[in-house]
Formats: sequence, C-alpha cells, structure tokens
Amino acid sequence: MAEPAPKGNILEAIHVRKEFGGLIAVNDVDFAIPRGAIVSLIGPNGAGKTTFFNILTGVYKPTAGGVRFEGLPISGLPPHKVTALGMARTFQNIRLFHNMTALENVLVAMHSRIKGGIWRSIFRTPALKREEDGAHARGRELLEFSGLHRKEHELAKNLPYGDQRRLEVARALATEPKLLLLDEPTAGMNPEETQNFTDFVAKLRAENDITVLLIEHDMRVVMGISDRVTVLDYGEKIAEGAPKEVQHDERVIEAYLGTAATTA
Amino acid sequence: MVFPALAVALAFSYPWWGLEGPLSPIFNDGLGIDNDTLFVISVYVMLALGLNVVVGYAGLLDLGYVAFFALGAYTLGWFGSGLFDSRSIHFLDTNAAKLPGIHLSFWVVLILAGVICAIAGVIIGWPTLRLRGDYLAIVTLGFGEIIPDVFRNGDSIFGHNLTNGVRGVTQLDRPGFGEGISNATGGVLPDRFGSLELRPWYFTVLIMMLVTVFVNLRLRDSKMGRAWIAVREDEVAASAMGVPLMRTKLWAYAIGAIFGGFAGAVYGSFINGIFPTSFSFQISVIVLVMVILGGMGNIWGVIAGATLVSWLNFTGLDKIGDWINNGIPGTGNDIEISKYKIGIFGSLLVLMMLFRPEGLIPSARRKAELAEGDGTASLYDAAA
Repeated sequence: MAEPAPKGNILEAIHVRKEFGGLIAVNDVDFAIPRGAIVSLIGPNGAGKTTFFNILTGVYKPTAGGVRFEGLPISGLPPHKVTALGMARTFQNIRLFHNMTALENVLVAMHSRIKGGIWRSIFRTPALKREEDGAHARGRELLEFSGLHRKEHELAKNLPYGDQRRLEVARALATEPKLLLLDEPTAGMNPEETQNFTDFVAKLRAENDITVLLIEHDMRVVMGISDRVTVLDYGEKIAEGAPKEVQHDERVIEAYLGTAATTA
Repeated sequence: MVFPALAVALAFSYPWWGLEGPLSPIFNDGLGIDNDTLFVISVYVMLALGLNVVVGYAGLLDLGYVAFFALGAYTLGWFGSGLFDSRSIHFLDTNAAKLPGIHLSFWVVLILAGVICAIAGVIIGWPTLRLRGDYLAIVTLGFGEIIPDVFRNGDSIFGHNLTNGVRGVTQLDRPGFGEGISNATGGVLPDRFGSLELRPWYFTVLIMMLVTVFVNLRLRDSKMGRAWIAVREDEVAASAMGVPLMRTKLWAYAIGAIFGGFAGAVYGSFINGIFPTSFSFQISVIVLVMVILGGMGNIWGVIAGATLVSWLNFTGLDKIGDWINNGIPGTGNDIEISKYKIGIFGSLLVLMMLFRPEGLIPSARRKAELAEGDGTASLYDAAA
C-alpha cells in the first residue's frame, strides 16, 4: 500500500482516530491522496471533515494512527513545518491578514521559501534586494494567476468575498505547495461564483504540478472536478471511489437524505 | 524624505538654537528643555522605539520593559565600574588612572549590554511568549518587578556581591574616544565625556536613536516585519502560512530588549549611579504610554509621543504649574502640578483612547485596524 514517491500517494493517513473526551470525531479512517489528483472529502455537517483536515495539516495530533506526507510522518509537527514540507491550506472561514494588502498577504506566505535574515534586512544587501524583488514579482504573478489583477495594493478586508477566497488560494500557492488543501472553498458563494471557482481549481491543477484535496459540504460541487471522492459520516469513512460510484452508493444517499429527513 | 531630514537637522542643531542662541528664552527657560532634560528625553525616545518593535509591530503587550533598561545599566556596572574591585581588567577605558575593577571601553560595554539584553529577552520570552494577550502582559509585568528585585538582593549571591544591593553602583565609566582620537580631531571627539559639557552625551544618544530608527524602518519592511504583522493579525493563519510563531515573537522581544539595553547603559553612565529603585514599574508604563499616545507602529508618532510625554514628565508639568501660578491671579504659588502627574497621564490616556485611539501620528495600518470597514488609507506613511 505504501508506495514510495514520486508516483503513488503524496499523502497517506493510516488508521487515524481522534477523540475529544468521550466523543469520537474521527474513527479509524484510512485515506490516501494519489499524486497529481484532485481528491474530495465530503460528508454532511458534523461528519468530522474539518477535524480530519486539521489532523492532516498537523493542527491536531491524532489519538491513534498517523499521517505521512511524502513518506514522512507529520503528526504532531507544528503547522509551519508542515507548510515548509510542501502542504498548504485555506480556511473554511476566511482567515486572511485583513489589514495587509493582497500582495503582502502573499509575501507573508513565502516565509519558508525566502531567506531574509535580520542582518541582511537591516543592511539591505544586494542579495537581499534581489530576493525581495523576486518575491514581489512572484507575488504579483500569483495574484494575476488567481484573478486578482490590479488588486495587489488593496487591503484584504476591502476585497469582495469571491476575491477574498481567491486571495486565500493565492496565499496558499505562495508557500509553493505540492499538496493544496481547500477547506469548503465555495461556502457562501452563489452558483456563478461557485462555477468560476471550480473552473479555477481545474486550471490550477492543469497549470501547476499540484495535488488538490477539496473538502466540501455540497456534493454537486465536487462531482465535476474530482478524480476520487471519499465520504465521511459520523467520523467514519462510508464510501470511497470515483464520483459516479460514490453518487450511487446507498450508504451515501442514506447519509445525505437521512440527515435531511431528520432535520427537516 | 524632507520632513525626516529636517527633523534630524533640527535635533542636531538644538544646542545652538534652543539651549543657547535666539530661541533659548523660549525653549531652555520657558519650556525647561535644558541640557539634562534633553538627554533624558532622547534616552526615552530610544526606549520607546525599542518597545515599539515589541508592542507596535509584533503586537505583544509588554509591561516589563524596564527590566531591559535596568539590565543594560547594570551591564555597565559590571564591565565599567569598580564594582568588582578585586579584579583589575582594563580595555581601552577612558579613566585617567588604572582603577580597580573591570573597565572595558564604553563602546564595548554598550554592545555587551545589547547582547546580554537580547539573551535575557530570549530566556524570558521562551516560556512566556506562548501566552497570548492579557496573560503575556501579566507575566511580563512580573518580570519587570522581579529583575529590579534581583538587583536589590544581588549583593550576596552565594557570597558574591554582584550588584551592590540597595547601595547601587556608582562611579561609572564614561564614554570617550581616548587621547589619540581626541588630539587628532582637535577635541571634537572628546577624550572622555565630561559632567559639565553635555553636548557629546546628547549627540551620542541622538546617533544611537538614529540607528534605532533605521533598524526599525528596515525591519518593518522586511520578511521579519511582515511576519510580525501577520502574527499580530492572526496567529493561526500565520503559522499555517509557514511563519514559525515562537521564533518570530522571540526576535521581536530580543530586538526590543537590545535597544532597552543600549538606553540603559548610556543612561547609567550619564547619571553616574545605578540603583535598583531607579527601575520601577512606572518606567514600563510611561514608555508604553509614549508608544500608545504617539501611535503604535509609527516611528514618527512614537518619537513625538516619547518627546512629549518625557518632557511633561521631567520638566513640562512643573513649568506648566509655574505658568498657572504666575499667570492666573489669585492662585498664589501653591499649585504643585507635578503632584498630580500620574493623574494627569492617566486622564490623558483615557482621553486619547476615547477620541484618538490610533495615537497622535498613527500608522496607517493601525488606523485601519481601529476603524474596521474603512480601509482606503494608503498603507505606508508618506514620510517613511
């Protein structure tokens, strides 16, 4: 199962379990993301998607089991080290640096990729200046790519909602990830914005050598762009496979319709 | 660039137009900005600029900044006085005779003060910077209280007298350039700073201040500066974007500490006596007031705030009291306004928070933070 890089799986979670007191949020989940794929993790509200996501990104330490990224165990590593290894994320409830400009947001994310250095910054050595100029140029490119043309000097909080989502992705891309994790990126978007965003994710994979994990609440969003879909419910993996298969899986239908029926 | 250059020129020429010369009746006599006050104001401006890195940039509320001021001063006590009189170590010091004790060149001591304070900053910061907001403030407050106490009780640590206790350390070495340089420059760079001719002291602090400003500006616009602001804005997001939280905060703390140490060493030398009681909690608060009143994160605001508050603190309030006593008939000479100092500073702070929370000269970013929803201001201050 554990094939080594470069082909094979970029990320593997083996028997991951997370308990909060008596509550089992994630129950013994096996999960893998093949390199270069767009994989989606879906499930009804409270299915444990975000908890699982936080385990994958190193925010939570699993109660049992472990996560390997490119063959390296990452459970318990601080988030900035996980980011340095090549994993970047966006947040479900947008967490930009609101009083920084779009460009500065992106520059912050280059932290682990540029050298900087206190002394070199104070004396502003030619090497440092080259590095800073390069970072600024790359930042502008990323903003352009993410559809934030001419908005580099806009404060993050003044951007429209859709642009804020785009900026979060641009910021995550600035960390030069091999694996990009998007946490409910279309939450709060109208159908048109959602469509634009899914096109953008497809473009992202096509133009960059990047693997994407998409966490979604809404099944319809992921069907078009995913190579594989994993469904969680009550902390357990109930289905996995190609979108078509998952869509017709009885347990999945039950989980979604069942939840809808009880809450209606 | 015009405004900063003008400000620097005015500051350097002050002895010729303010202390003496045409405007001396207004500035020296009227406002009470004499030689001593001028020096003390400059020292406080430096302290405020150092604290600005911690509070203004990284957003860490530090209520114990006086600890580093004290440590800097005591560094001079250790390496530039007769405290350890059983030793006799000399290195380019400016004393006329070979006095007992450790006497290193003042400039070496200055650098040592910075280094020791940076190390102390890291040691203090390591366990405390994990805390957030109010908790951090309380712990730093504790350290600000503990460090002067350590100096007070440091006269017999395992039988060694390290601080001379409540008697303090006196007879401290002074800065100077030595005879060779003094003769070569015709006395422009003095052999040893005197206690009557105070201009060299003032210029020294002014130059140190400029270095502080320079470092402040350069760091603000660097990778580290961006990381500080990001950590201040959202720790979780910053760390997810690859910013190591502890390291970033420790750097802010250590850099702030370095400037506190510089200020402490030069201040100790100037007043020629270091006592544990000189480093009270009040100093931490006053320096913080300077930063907040002037405008957190804005260098020019912090300089203005520090100048204003330290002037009021040292001579301004007394002078204002004199004007009231002499100018308003019927009051007699019985209003001692400096008795109400703390009350006045407190009210000033409350008024500022009510009417201008962003400070006298705010940083555009801080202003944007305070006025959520209205963020059209350009980000960098035109003057910087």
